[in-house]
Amino acid sequence: MNSLRPRRLTGAILFTSVIAVLLVAGLATLASAQDEPLVGPKPPVAVKPMESHIGNLTGHAADAKSDYRRYCAGCHGVYGDGNGENAVWLDPKPRNFTLATFKCRSTLTGTLPIDEDLYNSIARGFTNSNMPPWNTFTKQQRADLVAYIKIFSPRWEKEKAGEPIKIPPEPPVTIESISHGQALFAKLECWKCHGTHGEGDGPSAATLTDSQDQPIRPYNFAGGGNDSRFKCGSTNQDIYKIFMTGVDGTPMPSFADVIQPNDAWDLVHFLRTLQVHRHGKENEVLMAAHGVIPPYVDKNAAPTAAPADNKAPGGGQ
Amino acid sequence: MRMWAQSLLICRRSPRRHSVMAAAFAFILLIVVGASPRASALPAFARKYGLRCSACHESWPMLNFFGQKFKDNGYQLMNDRDAPIWQNPGYWPVTFRITPIWHRVSTNKVATDQSLSGEQKITSSGFDLSGLDFHTGGTLEKNFSFYVLPSSDPTASFHFETVMARLDNIGSSPWLNVKFGKFELDNLLSEKRILTLTGNGGIYQLYHFIPANDGNIFGQMGDNQLGVEVMGHSANDRTRYSVSLLSSNDGQVGLPYGAESYSTFITGSQAFDAGKLGVDRLGFYVMAGEAPTSWLTGPSGGGPNGVIPGSGGNNRGYSREGFVGQFYFGPHIDATVVTQHGEDSAWFGQGYGDYADGMAPNNYVPGVSALPAGSRNPTWNGVLIEPHYVVNPQMILLGRYETIRMSQQSTPGTPSNLGNITSYTVGYRYNPFMTSRAGFAYHGEYNWWHQDGTAPDNTTNLTSSELLFGIDFDF
Repeated sequence: MNSLRPRRLTGAILFTSVIAVLLVAGLATLASAQDEPLVGPKPPVAVKPMESHIGNLTGHAADAKSDYRRYCAGCHGVYGDGNGENAVWLDPKPRNFTLATFKCRSTLTGTLPIDEDLYNSIARGFTNSNMPPWNTFTKQQRADLVAYIKIFSPRWEKEKAGEPIKIPPEPPVTIESISHGQALFAKLECWKCHGTHGEGDGPSAATLTDSQDQPIRPYNFAGGGNDSRFKCGSTNQDIYKIFMTGVDGTPMPSFADVIQPNDAWDLVHFLRTLQVHRHGKENEVLMAAHGVIPPYVDKNAAPTAAPADNKAPGGGQ
Repeated sequence: MRMWAQSLLICRRSPRRHSVMAAAFAFILLIVVGASPRASALPAFARKYGLRCSACHESWPMLNFFGQKFKDNGYQLMNDRDAPIWQNPGYWPVTFRITPIWHRVSTNKVATDQSLSGEQKITSSGFDLSGLDFHTGGTLEKNFSFYVLPSSDPTASFHFETVMARLDNIGSSPWLNVKFGKFELDNLLSEKRILTLTGNGGIYQLYHFIPANDGNIFGQMGDNQLGVEVMGHSANDRTRYSVSLLSSNDGQVGLPYGAESYSTFITGSQAFDAGKLGVDRLGFYVMAGEAPTSWLTGPSGGGPNGVIPGSGGNNRGYSREGFVGQFYFGPHIDATVVTQHGEDSAWFGQGYGDYADGMAPNNYVPGVSALPAGSRNPTWNGVLIEPHYVVNPQMILLGRYETIRMSQQSTPGTPSNLGNITSYTVGYRYNPFMTSRAGFAYHGEYNWWHQDGTAPDNTTNLTSSELLFGIDFDF
């Protein structure tokens, strides 16, 4: 028995040493588990006490710090500057929150969006981009993230969000409204970017850049299927908002000062017909007219000139 | 590799072979440790979509709700870039995973020739490896997804752990998706994405439990199974259901067992937005089916008993059912609870079942075989509780308590606690970096496992423990 003792002692020492080394390694990892990255720039040390308000919900920036790191920072960056480690591979580039310029708003161009705009954007995601719909988040998570986004730009402390635009009730879809929309599409020169058939291939399309000089493609209405979405939503109200508020940071302007609400609805009806694979009331009306949009006759003015390629803009025919 | 883990549990069901099985216990355990921690964390998906691992994983490989929705959508984010045509042509969605480890395994009673009592405690420690997994999965086209997982044991002997194709969002509806092939059952608490790596802590005991002396290996809901699955979910994945039709062959290819034996696995769950607590989910599962108890044998047969493959018949029934709860208590604390009530036919309980592999000692012979007087269906109840403390997206502390208690032994007079299992596991995983390119985790874990009455002497209890540290990585 005695002869076994040294071996047991040696074994115990060895075992203890191994455990000690591994535990130290484990504890070291615990100690280094700071809530910030080990490489690259450090996130803001103190989270500003920003809030968001969506209905009865109040979001707190501090509560979203971990979620932002987990879900958002890889693209939008720890500083919110759109410079996360994945940004170089993404097209279009992630939103730069330091500029507080947002595409999808219910407010007029140049103004800050209301919290609900950002809240809805998180859940909806953005089509034609890498931003997925984060609709598995709780409402509180989304509200907190909206508040967190605000810490990156001083605009949120200096300015108030814009007033949401008023959206009048949608008039019935008629072949006349579609026809008028088609005329507006030509008159407002939408086709220059979006193409005469809405395929995103207008003569200016290849030259477009966003406010950060990144190439940007106009929306292709004809792409996608029955469930195709727009960047800022999928309903007729969403389309109405898009061209009445503009898509800030992109060449897509606001037409709020150019066209009247009823004219805007006519344009919505026409744009829907460019979604040739979509089953909707607009295409039904167009089909009932045998797929032909009659020329719009303005009783108060001369007819609108045709676009440069001499093809009538439109789709669904 | 999962087969090694399940075999460990299966081996325990027959006291008559305990002396042999227990002698191999420590050796098998060493193999199991390396073989069992197989899961599905796929940096290939992260690379495709430019998302950090943490976007889909609470701590990889365990999914969070967003990752579960991604999986339920057929490995699609449901944006316009799901089809592979959006990827660089050089992109191939392949990930490997392997884990070098150091571990110390101790078993209190192993049958030996050298011990006066015929059994003694054996403790081993050393550096080791897990097996190697090659995960490949994703979309073949929008709404056509696949997953193929060749998986090896530590000696690089490969088998197909998963091979499946899936039709997603049929009719543009998330409520109808059809999966075909060999796949993991739709367990809300996924064993393939388990956060633990030890031999007994690296599996859910509840998913593999078989009573002592029972010959049924087919009701193991932790093993990947061959079949077809119909599943659906709401757009935000709050509501989920799935129904699977499976061959009762425990995922073994080549029709080795019954001619016409099938099982079904049904799940349903509903999640709730619990405000600041997070998303909580409640669900249920039912696995029920039939498996053979009689086999033709002959000179052309294979396996330990000369069984002719595919000749199994005289199917008997079994069932496993329970509830699942996933409870979040704010951003840092969550717990998953799984319950189970299980029942096997009395024939299984009396050692009929997988005679083909030698796992069941008895082969049912029509007109000859008879149940011993008083034989009953063995039944049991179990629960597992797995709490997590998510320190931050890089660090998670975890624990698990599992207990399984026999409520009715097949043979009257059998000790009521024979085969009962208790298991505790604690551990941590720390990811020193989070990117969309690779996964890397420092892993530490301790498991203590106990089963009543299954020591080599057939009367005392079997206990094992394991301490493990490793570096778990995939790329």
